[in-house]
Amino acid sequence: MSLRSPLGRILGRGSAKEGVHHWWLQRLTSVALVPLSIGFVASLLALPALDYASLVAWLRQSGTALGLILFVLVAARHSQLGMRVVIEDYVHGEGLKTVALVLIDYAHVLIGVAAVFAVLKVALGGRL
Amino acid sequence: MPERPLSPHLSVYKFKYTLVTSISNRFAGLVLSVGFLILVYWLGSLAAGARAYAQACGILSLGVFKPIYLLLLAAFVYHLVAGVRHLVWDCGLGLERASARRSAWLVAAVSIALTLILAYFLLGPGMHTK
Repeated sequence: MSLRSPLGRILGRGSAKEGVHHWWLQRLTSVALVPLSIGFVASLLALPALDYASLVAWLRQSGTALGLILFVLVAARHSQLGMRVVIEDYVHGEGLKTVALVLIDYAHVLIGVAAVFAVLKVALGGRL
Repeated sequence: MPERPLSPHLSVYKFKYTLVTSISNRFAGLVLSVGFLILVYWLGSLAAGARAYAQACGILSLGVFKPIYLLLLAAFVYHLVAGVRHLVWDCGLGLERASARRSAWLVAAVSIALTLILAYFLLGPGMHTK
């Protein structure tokens, strides 16, 4: 029999407070996406035309490029978090579920980086 | 392995508006995840130069994409409005049955109105295709 008190036994073994990490990140990204997504759509709608020259000129404005990079990065992360939950809920069988989760994570990193690269290439590119 | 309850098993739930609003938000999120690919393809074509962009526009302005754009627009509007409802809930507000029922109707009404208005401007007769 141990003489340690119940409190003494559990101290330092408690929750690392990380259980809500996924949930919290989903909320942080969703709050950020409200202005970012509305800003993207509004800015695109405000353009007189969607031809190549106007779009390049639009993307070469620092505000547009910065806003769009933030939008695609946050949207990709938000999408990854959301699809993870959907897979965890509906894909049964540990093997298939794990493979799906890994593929979804890789795919989102790939898509997010590709989108940022595309924006930077236009925004910082030399000749048209 | 003991038989444990699994969540969510859609078939065991009684059909209610709470089920519709919840699963619609999920479905809209999934649609937007797929739609994000179109956005990145469009951005990539822009980065690849004028000829690639013209080619991509040729593909993206095909008639088959029109209903897809309408679906994406509806999904975007609904996910945005329903998402704000979720954020209000997360603050501990509007969780009572009566106010949750009211906000469900509000979300539906606002989403349909916004989708129709935006669809008119984005996909309507006056707008040239992207």
